Amino acid sequence: MGGFDFSNHSRNAALHAQGFPLPTATSTGTTIVGCLFDGGVVIAADTRATSGPIVADKNCEKLHFITPQIWCAGAGTAADTEFTTSLISSNLELHSLSTGRQPRVVTCMTMLKQHLFRYQGHIGAYLVVAGCDPTGAHLFTVHAHGSTDKLPYVTMGSGSLAAMSVFETAWKGNMTRQGAVDLCSEAIKAGIFNDLGSGSNVDVCIITPEKATLLRNHITPNEREKKMRDYRFKKGTTAVLNQKIITRADISKYVTVHELDDGTPVAAEKMDVDT
Amino acid sequence: MSSPFSINGGAAVAMVGKDCVAIACDLRLGLQSLTVSNNYPKIFPYGDVYLGLTGLATDISTVSDLLRYKVNMYRLREERAISPQTLANLVSSSLYERRFGPYFVSPVIAGLNHKDGKPFICGFDSIGCIDFAKDFIVSGTASDQLFGMCEGLWEPDLGPDELFETISQALLSAVDRDALSGWGAHVYIIEKDKVTKRLLKGRQD
Amino acid sequence: MAGMFAGPQEMMGYSFNTAPTSASEPRQHSFYPYTDNGGSTLGISGADFTIMAGDTRSTSGYSINSRHVPKLFLIGGEGPKNKGARIVLSVVGFAADGDALKEKLDKEVKMYKYQHGKPMTVSACAQRLSHILYNKRFFPYYVHAILGGIDEEGKGALYSYDPVGSYEREQCRAAGAASSLIMPFLDNQVNFKNHHIPGSGEGHDLKPVVATPLPKETVIELVRDAFTSAVERHIEVGDGLQMMILTKDGVEEQLLPLKKD
Repeated sequence: MGGFDFSNHSRNAALHAQGFPLPTATSTGTTIVGCLFDGGVVIAADTRATSGPIVADKNCEKLHFITPQIWCAGAGTAADTEFTTSLISSNLELHSLSTGRQPRVVTCMTMLKQHLFRYQGHIGAYLVVAGCDPTGAHLFTVHAHGSTDKLPYVTMGSGSLAAMSVFETAWKGNMTRQGAVDLCSEAIKAGIFNDLGSGSNVDVCIITPEKATLLRNHITPNEREKKMRDYRFKKGTTAVLNQKIITRADISKYVTVHELDDGTPVAAEKMDVDT
Repeated sequence: MSSPFSINGGAAVAMVGKDCVAIACDLRLGLQSLTVSNNYPKIFPYGDVYLGLTGLATDISTVSDLLRYKVNMYRLREERAISPQTLANLVSSSLYERRFGPYFVSPVIAGLNHKDGKPFICGFDSIGCIDFAKDFIVSGTASDQLFGMCEGLWEPDLGPDELFETISQALLSAVDRDALSGWGAHVYIIEKDKVTKRLLKGRQD
Repeated sequence: MAGMFAGPQEMMGYSFNTAPTSASEPRQHSFYPYTDNGGSTLGISGADFTIMAGDTRSTSGYSINSRHVPKLFLIGGEGPKNKGARIVLSVVGFAADGDALKEKLDKEVKMYKYQHGKPMTVSACAQRLSHILYNKRFFPYYVHAILGGIDEEGKGALYSYDPVGSYEREQCRAAGAASSLIMPFLDNQVNFKNHHIPGSGEGHDLKPVVATPLPKETVIELVRDAFTSAVERHIEVGDGLQMMILTKDGVEEQLLPLKKD
């Protein structure tokens, strides 16, 4: 780990000093929630990814796999949530292989917070960690600076206040599995409709000691209606000045490694240099 | 002052059709408002997978060369061409490696899956977050205009000829409303057995 | 690149960095009187009609102020409901300025009728609006206005403005948050930009399509598709679509639902 390459940093810092603004990364201006229930834990997320006021992805996946029994909902900088969770997922797999035990949710949470704390908030990942292990069902939040919380119900992201208002209104202790799924879905819907950074569909993941169930697009309240008009163009509408047809044979000639029928591999005859 | 993404200008777009994909780019290279070249293509072939790069021109050539090196090494090691999905992950991890000193590029990938021939497109932000879309991907200084055009014109299951008209009209009308893009365009239509590359007539102002 | 928890200009820092400095040092205070309330509008003029449209969402930051704040206003009609009005003003940008501008223009068009005994023409109203905007050249109304009506010849008339009163008569215009998404679509579908007649030549000789005025029904469909597309990709556009269709017979208003996410 620590495989970051800083060789462009001084160039970019020089550009920044000259007044060029820093790039805007895709931010998952998000609503993510989690809720414990009797016998497991549920997490849920919306599916909108934005860059500024523009929707970059209408149906992105914000529920990340860590281990078969631990899943993570991510808000903040999209690339950071994606790569941080997959890094911890790899390390946790190695950890469980070396210890010969099922990975625990606290271990996952600790690895995440130590990683994020090391980067002092520059890795913009805000996570809800949930899962089941031999010690029970657990639910945590991890902030980009490395602080964590352990609570029975949590919300994060730009729609966290809208979602929390649902939890604070309707949450009860000792909920059923269906009750928790419905409550989490309602909380996400509050974010989808009242927070501009959140939108589109509801993804849900239910984790019990037996198995984890991912309900991708559990609720789709924002399907686009059919367009009024047909926008197909007549062939020849666009003015073409030149055209070239490249056949598949032309493309593959750059690497001339072919399987022969008898299965014996033959060394490359000749390799053309790309021009 | 303008962002590094909008010094040189440029636009790229990819679209999914029925058993085909399309990728297109404009041809402008500029320095702020001064146009330096009207023949600066932003699409690069990696076998039968195509990569569109918009953003800072110096980084477009650095990234395209770096990926050519990486893809060639992949070909030599694996003795097979790179698939669009693999290239997507390669681009993503190459960009995220420079999380704290990024290349100022917004890549777009288009290709057909090698196993089942299914259309594949995706886009990235400058630090490697992948946007898997089932319809279209846009990038560059005309990205807002392209979003509006594609959202209006695109529909599912367009054939290669229909897809060509749709992506061309989307790109041409989008770049005509962006001062930093335009000056002609290249369009690639990628089918199972052939790739058709066309040069479009575009406004030269 | 900051996460969503960071405020607009919030910097990474320590508490002692923001500790108060010595009291004698001059401190700059600032007041920014404008906010952006998002939303988008558009207008298209035809042979004998003009269509104005705007979404009804009002936003500030990531919040929705209201799902029904109209951006289209009847100008110079009778009574509080503006009965019999033949001119429509659409304003997008800072809603308070838009309201003030609407009130001012409406008052002046009404006063014109009382003083001259005849309704104001669209072209006269258009020029008056330009003057109203330029009168506040150094503290502008923070709006992008579009004015629609039927001219003296019975043709559809459409005028668009910048915040300080520069104006132009046009066929179609989109304004507001999603204008960059909608405008190229209108160029392509209303003015047939980049369209050529198939088979009319090769390469450079291919003949471009000459734009002809579209029928009203087609324009209504284009407006609805333009807005449903903008709603998909712009977070500040949504909730409702308000449309006003101006013909020689008067103004017909339509309200249609848009996605609410």
